Amino acid sequence: MTAKPDLSAADIAKAVAGGKLSALDATEAALARITQHDGVLNAFTDVTADRARAKARAIDADIAAGKEVGPLAGVPFAVKNLFDVAGLPTRAGSKINRDLPPARRDATLVERMEAAGAVLVGALNMGEYAYDFTGENIHDGPSRNPHDTTRMSGGSSGGSGSAVGGALVPIALGSDTNGSIRVPSSFCGIFGLKPTYGRLSRARSFPFVASFDHLGPFARSVTDLALAYDAMQGPDADDAACTTRGLEPTTPLIANPVSDLRIALAGGYFQKNVFPEAVEAVSRVAKALGATSVVEIPEAARARAAAYVISTTEGASLHLDRLRKRPNDFDPAVRDRLIAGAMVPAPLVDRAQKFRRWYRAQLAELFKSVDVLIAPATPCTAPKLGQVNFNLDGVELPVRANIGIHTQPISFIGLPVVAVPVPLEPLPIGVQIIAAPWREDIALRVAYALETMGIVAAPAPRGL
Amino acid sequence: MAEPLDDYIDAVSKALALPVEDAWRPAVRANLEVSLRLARLVDEFALPDETEPAPIFAV
Repeated sequence: MTAKPDLSAADIAKAVAGGKLSALDATEAALARITQHDGVLNAFTDVTADRARAKARAIDADIAAGKEVGPLAGVPFAVKNLFDVAGLPTRAGSKINRDLPPARRDATLVERMEAAGAVLVGALNMGEYAYDFTGENIHDGPSRNPHDTTRMSGGSSGGSGSAVGGALVPIALGSDTNGSIRVPSSFCGIFGLKPTYGRLSRARSFPFVASFDHLGPFARSVTDLALAYDAMQGPDADDAACTTRGLEPTTPLIANPVSDLRIALAGGYFQKNVFPEAVEAVSRVAKALGATSVVEIPEAARARAAAYVISTTEGASLHLDRLRKRPNDFDPAVRDRLIAGAMVPAPLVDRAQKFRRWYRAQLAELFKSVDVLIAPATPCTAPKLGQVNFNLDGVELPVRANIGIHTQPISFIGLPVVAVPVPLEPLPIGVQIIAAPWREDIALRVAYALETMGIVAAPAPRGL
Repeated sequence: MAEPLDDYIDAVSKALALPVEDAWRPAVRANLEVSLRLARLVDEFALPDETEPAPIFAV
């Protein structure tokens, strides 16, 4: 058996565990595809080929010795370069951090993926310090959209979107503070899971906004997304926000029917400022699920505003000393936003956190009568690299400020979301499947049902 | 002509020992204007005095 690029993680793991494909061959195939296409995509900032081959050989040796292997045996994966990878400085998309000493230990999620048999093949490009929705990076160059390489991959986990969208690896990990998993998923036409806040450990990853930082997986199918997510669950004392809940595996549940679920469209704010393609994508998903009711999420615009304020101020706090000592080593656009963030009066930040509790209570009430909310992931398909404005209903709007308008009010209170790709022509676009806290299983179930119906799918990369 | 926020930017820059070079000032000011406009939207929303901040989801 050969490791073709369209093999899913589940296919690879099954073939490797069954002795039909070696972990080394699966790894070499991913490394070869990276060599072939990353010159164009610019998804990778580091390729850990030696480490990957050693890990793959160890898995093959275990199989030869008759030992049990994990559910991701031989599956190549890569991580946004804000995850610690032993031996590499954790650059987090910055120039400044590459002066740090190399990480001594992998991030918890890297350890858990490898404990399940996955093989780390490298670290991925990202927007500087994750303060980005475009996937562009002034130091490393932009990661590019695999369906049209003149377009954005989406940020800030742009390399993750580009690598999985381009089928260089079946699984990647990224982070999502305000939309940084869901936006690249949408632009690159892949599945992404932003779990409930606190569900997956952030230990040994570089932070951005402690209140909102989440880590999660990208994949080309719901099965692969659930496999990766399940492999990474579990408490971790090294992340103060990580839940002490036990494991709640989703893989056995994703094929359960969705007919008993109460599914509604998010109305009002979530139906404004959207291009026709976002409307079409939401409409296809809603129709397939038989969702006709529309629910208003109260004060969503204010939630987005509060998320903005908390992000810019917590980000400023994180980087204050670097802003003093090395201001000229930042991307100027990031620097100037962070300096402004440092100047927002403290009472306004406190009010934003208080508003957050109010908003959370409203959503908790809403989820008593609804199981799933459907909303656009992005207002548009991938814009051109460097694009500054787009024209919506005759109004010129700034691209960067508007890409995340539909994701921010959701991550603001940590709700779990699966971003599902609707394969429109000429470019795909994502839809958010939003569930109540800790109900990733429900969001994944709905995503799986849509995939089975053929409504959502990760299209083959058209730009390669 | 000085913009309305310039005195404030100068004062906070000094208080925090945070440099703002002249070339950066227009972008810093523009970003601060956006942050304050959005913060005002939150500020306008009346909340009970007893409301506590919600830093994380409680388990």
